Amino acid sequence: MPARAVQKKKKTTSPGLSSLVLEKVPTGIRGLDQVTHGGFPKGRTALVCGGPGTGKTLLGLEFLVRGALLYNEPGVCIAMEETAQELVTNMASLGYDLPQLIRQKKLAIDYVHIERKQIEETGEYDLEGLFIRLRGAIDQVKAKRVLLDTIELLFLGLKNDGIVRAELRRLFHWLKDAGVTAVVTAEMGERTLTRYGLEEYVADCVLVLDHRVNEQISTRRLRVVKYRGSSHGTNEYPFLLDDQGISVVPITSLGLTHTASTERISSGVPTLDAMLGKKGFFRGSSVLITGTAGTGKSSFAAAFAGAACARGERALYFAYEESPSQILRNMGSVGQDLEKWINRGLLRIHATRPTAAGLESHLATVYNEIQEFKPTVVVIDPITNLVAVGDLYAVKAMLTRLIDFLKLKHITAMFTNLVFGSGIMEETAVGISSLMDTWIVLGDVDQGEAERMRTLNLLKSRGMSHDTRMHRFILSNKGIEIHGNK
Amino acid sequence: MATSKPIRSRKTVKDDPQPGNSLKARPFKRPVWELRLYVAGMTPTSIRAFENLKRLCEEHMHGAYKIQVVDLLERPMLARGDQIIAVPTLVRRLPTPVKKIIGDLSNTERVLVGLDLRPAGGWR
Repeated sequence: MPARAVQKKKKTTSPGLSSLVLEKVPTGIRGLDQVTHGGFPKGRTALVCGGPGTGKTLLGLEFLVRGALLYNEPGVCIAMEETAQELVTNMASLGYDLPQLIRQKKLAIDYVHIERKQIEETGEYDLEGLFIRLRGAIDQVKAKRVLLDTIELLFLGLKNDGIVRAELRRLFHWLKDAGVTAVVTAEMGERTLTRYGLEEYVADCVLVLDHRVNEQISTRRLRVVKYRGSSHGTNEYPFLLDDQGISVVPITSLGLTHTASTERISSGVPTLDAMLGKKGFFRGSSVLITGTAGTGKSSFAAAFAGAACARGERALYFAYEESPSQILRNMGSVGQDLEKWINRGLLRIHATRPTAAGLESHLATVYNEIQEFKPTVVVIDPITNLVAVGDLYAVKAMLTRLIDFLKLKHITAMFTNLVFGSGIMEETAVGISSLMDTWIVLGDVDQGEAERMRTLNLLKSRGMSHDTRMHRFILSNKGIEIHGNK
Repeated sequence: MATSKPIRSRKTVKDDPQPGNSLKARPFKRPVWELRLYVAGMTPTSIRAFENLKRLCEEHMHGAYKIQVVDLLERPMLARGDQIIAVPTLVRRLPTPVKKIIGDLSNTERVLVGLDLRPAGGWR
């Protein structure tokens, strides 16, 4: 078989090659090592550029702190923009105790301040003073990592650009010889990556951070522009700055490589399971429930989550419309006691307003929550509200990435979607039904004066024989019950 | 052996008990010039800077100055205190405010401006 032959060949050549391949240093920053396929280039300098307030300094500092804490690699920070005290305060808000690291000799911060007004220049000079300080700090903690933040302030502080450029070139060579892995931050330029063209000197690995505001909602993004000698993800990845520091969301459209499971799990409604080939959903599949207002979408979602908890699995419920207590109360009225699952730690409800963040940030939050809680079942209720923060195209792109990620993790997901009016089929709002494996349409039919009848139709369910007839169902304090043919 | 030995002029002013007073009394009394020259090793540039400085002090603040040379190769930690990044750097510690002049001090006019000896014209 040709495929096997290739694999074998790869195996035999890899030990010789691996010594030649670029070595990398893991940053320890959540998600970044996946995007860079292993971290920053070892013994070289990486450039992080971006506009003001995009998180450059934080990324650099986290590289140092995580290096010290996780990989036993002490770090040195040459801070030109913020004083050591300011850095300590900033990092404390992310839960990092810099003074302790300094006491333990895992970190050294040297605040380098240049005040142009105080300085007169005459004749020849070099920046050996800076070198000596850097060397001193490196020796002091036996540093393996260095952050220069923001080195280009030298251009502002000193008048002789020629000398600064020559000295920076010398500095980067010197860093390479010293064998430390360095991160240099720089302000974004108008036409160039950095204002003073630092990318000319540091060309091995370049990251660009970005902070965009779209319709009053901001999203932070990161992109690897260049990584000499290494493959890397080329997309823009959303990242979050939260109380645990930076987390890059390394999810992108992964392609269709996930393995499909044949395992079935219950929908939580026995009569619905019966319609689904008598067994329920495939594990790892994605389920869409659409319906007009008040047709019981959330009830199905709650039943689905409750069933997972009853099996002893974890369920994560993202609520974009109701607060957790409101969900608990409402679901209690249809016979779904979710509170006990929360108390047992099997269910987590994450409620936010869609407008609280941009789409990418929502994706990042979902990603982080999933990574942390490790659920087997996820409910997003409803996705419609996300359209409020992004256009349809963006929502679809986000959902594609999310679904790819969920499938890779074999997480079964249920999405609810509110549709308006009667044109249910046409208005699958975001046109995302093609991403879904199972599509359930809920509706109600006016039955003359007294009654409204709830209806359920299984529009599609990939890979299984299923009941396609229109059914009616009842929502009562005993739960959901689907009756025979309408 | 400390190489950063202070090099004093023959007549360092010692009779002023509080250096601060000299500032207030500037129009009436000769100020004390406290200068520090940071270098990194005895390179041609550092030697040139020192010679330029010495000559300039003798001319413009004769008898009222002291120069301390700090070799950062010997005492690297001192670079932090005065925020030194370039060498040579001349720091005017007194009279305040602190002034810095970087380079080999070859342009006398600029050094005088940097030290506030121009355009005030000096006290002589």
